[in-house]
Amino acid sequence: MALRSVLGLFTDENVVADAMDSLRAAGYTSSEYELLTGVPYPEGTFGEEEPVHKLYRWPLVGAACGFIVGLVLTTGTQLAYPLVTGGKPILGIPPMAIIIYEGTMLGAIVFTVIGIIFESRLPRLFMGAYDPRITEGYIGVTVTAEEDRMGQAERVLREAGAEDITRGWETPR
Amino acid sequence: MQEHIQLTPKEINQELLSGVLGTPKWWLGLVAFLLLVFLTGAGAFGYMLNKGVGVTGLNRPIMWGFFMTNFVFWIGISHAGIMISAILRLTQAEWRRPVTRAAEVLTVFSLTAALMAAPLVHVGRPWRAALWVFPYDFGRGVWPNIRSPFIWDPAAVMTYLTASTLFVFVALIPDMAVIRDRATGKWARQIYGYLCMGWRGTPRQWKLQTVAGILLSALVLPVFVSVHSIVSWDFAINIGVDGWHSTIFAPYFIIGAIHSGVSAVTMVMALMVWLWKWDKILRPDHFDAIGRLLIIVATTWFFFFIVEFFFAIYTKEAPELALRELQIFTRPYVFLFLIFIITAYFLPVPLWMFKKVRRNVKWMFWTTVSVNVGMWLERFLIFVPSLARKTPLEFNWGTYHPSIIEMLMVAATFAWVAMGMLLFSKVFPLIPIFDIKEGMIVRDEVKIGRAIVPASIRE
Repeated sequence: MALRSVLGLFTDENVVADAMDSLRAAGYTSSEYELLTGVPYPEGTFGEEEPVHKLYRWPLVGAACGFIVGLVLTTGTQLAYPLVTGGKPILGIPPMAIIIYEGTMLGAIVFTVIGIIFESRLPRLFMGAYDPRITEGYIGVTVTAEEDRMGQAERVLREAGAEDITRGWETPR
Repeated sequence: MQEHIQLTPKEINQELLSGVLGTPKWWLGLVAFLLLVFLTGAGAFGYMLNKGVGVTGLNRPIMWGFFMTNFVFWIGISHAGIMISAILRLTQAEWRRPVTRAAEVLTVFSLTAALMAAPLVHVGRPWRAALWVFPYDFGRGVWPNIRSPFIWDPAAVMTYLTASTLFVFVALIPDMAVIRDRATGKWARQIYGYLCMGWRGTPRQWKLQTVAGILLSALVLPVFVSVHSIVSWDFAINIGVDGWHSTIFAPYFIIGAIHSGVSAVTMVMALMVWLWKWDKILRPDHFDAIGRLLIIVATTWFFFFIVEFFFAIYTKEAPELALRELQIFTRPYVFLFLIFIITAYFLPVPLWMFKKVRRNVKWMFWTTVSVNVGMWLERFLIFVPSLARKTPLEFNWGTYHPSIIEMLMVAATFAWVAMGMLLFSKVFPLIPIFDIKEGMIVRDEVKIGRAIVPASIRE
């Protein structure tokens, strides 16, 4: 069955926190409802669970990859054409360290950005129930469930004080 | 921040998207003028490609003149952006909010200007720059020589450019969602929708956005330090030129870059107040804060300058003394030296001591312009007099007169950066919208006795 979502729009933070309680009381699990805001509110403002992520692993993996690429690039290319200049060693540590350092940092940064996008669950192909007023200060509470539970979710949101309700599709119809 | 003006999210959107959703009257004319300057420089570049580097004033022994001065200058400017943004984010300085985006974008365009100034223009035959960086003949197995600073440079600058661009992009995602929601055209909505990748503003997305700001700041800072160190080593590892082979060059270049870069950010802040009328968001307090920072940065830079100079003459070695005499007491460098030291330090810093100056947009703009005039000349005085002297590895003395061709190409880089900033401002907001909104919701006022004191909540 295609998943549908319903969005309730609110203006007051306390009302939103109460709406979240009402959804929990109505049997909706934390994976079924979500908050949408246009501003990064302090964690726990609406009594929501703290999001868990593994972003800190990404730069470490990236740095390791960048280090290896830098090492292979500096040693491999110089050994491929071992031309002694000025009596200096073929594999000089100071110049190698510079390139390896830049490679390591580049790897860490690129992987961090990929990690940010991945951990943010982006890109999101279907917007589901969404309203542009969210980026204008409204706070949205969206419930995603099967079609037959939409009516109940809509009722809970309305009773909790939602100023407007809209519906959307989470998957292609 | 004592002079805060509370705005609603809707007002913030309207204010900060005024340049994106509409076109200010002055915008098109200014971009056209800058494009003209840039194209004139591009024409001069084409002329040089056709006739050869003989059309410049570069000749033995001075092969590094305006182009390299300009390269180091733009690398320096690029440092402020990320430095300001990263350090202020890491320390959670409240006044960072309206400044970070413009500083980061300035970094990106300055780096492209630097790449234009050195690898593209300075080498005379830019396609040859590729030979330093990329393997050009797989058959012979000849690879770039990683022992050369001309390989370190592109490695560091390209890493920094990639990191800065990604840094800007990540912080732009929530703002692109705001534009997606406000844009009226179907195409605009779709393009911004793709760019923000379906951002909705869930607590998870905001959490990662916050962590990303801190994590990327922490990762970009070591790159920022390495870039100007490596640029300084283009000079410092050269044992044949007096005045260059100095161990203090890396930190001296870094602090010089911060001095000119923070000044450039202040100039951009002033322009944002004048051109976009964002005086409700960029308050005198912001200029006061950056003015205080500038006093510290400028004085630290001055300390390094004195140390570099003092230890150079302390040995009383004849070539070093002769170089300093040329740099400071001999015409025409004596005039340039006086302009440099006055405009880079002795004029702006005493003025910044006054609160009235720090809180005045006009004063802050012109004093920071003065710093950048001085810092451009500083780089010129490091390179040209040093090369002008006969050294054991050179057979002749020389002098340098920049040609009009070089001047046009230098002007083109300034036009490029300004034009790039203006074009960016037409597509994306120059002030991070979500950051300003967050600043509004975490702000409150606390009553202590009879005083009402502004307070900011921090996690």
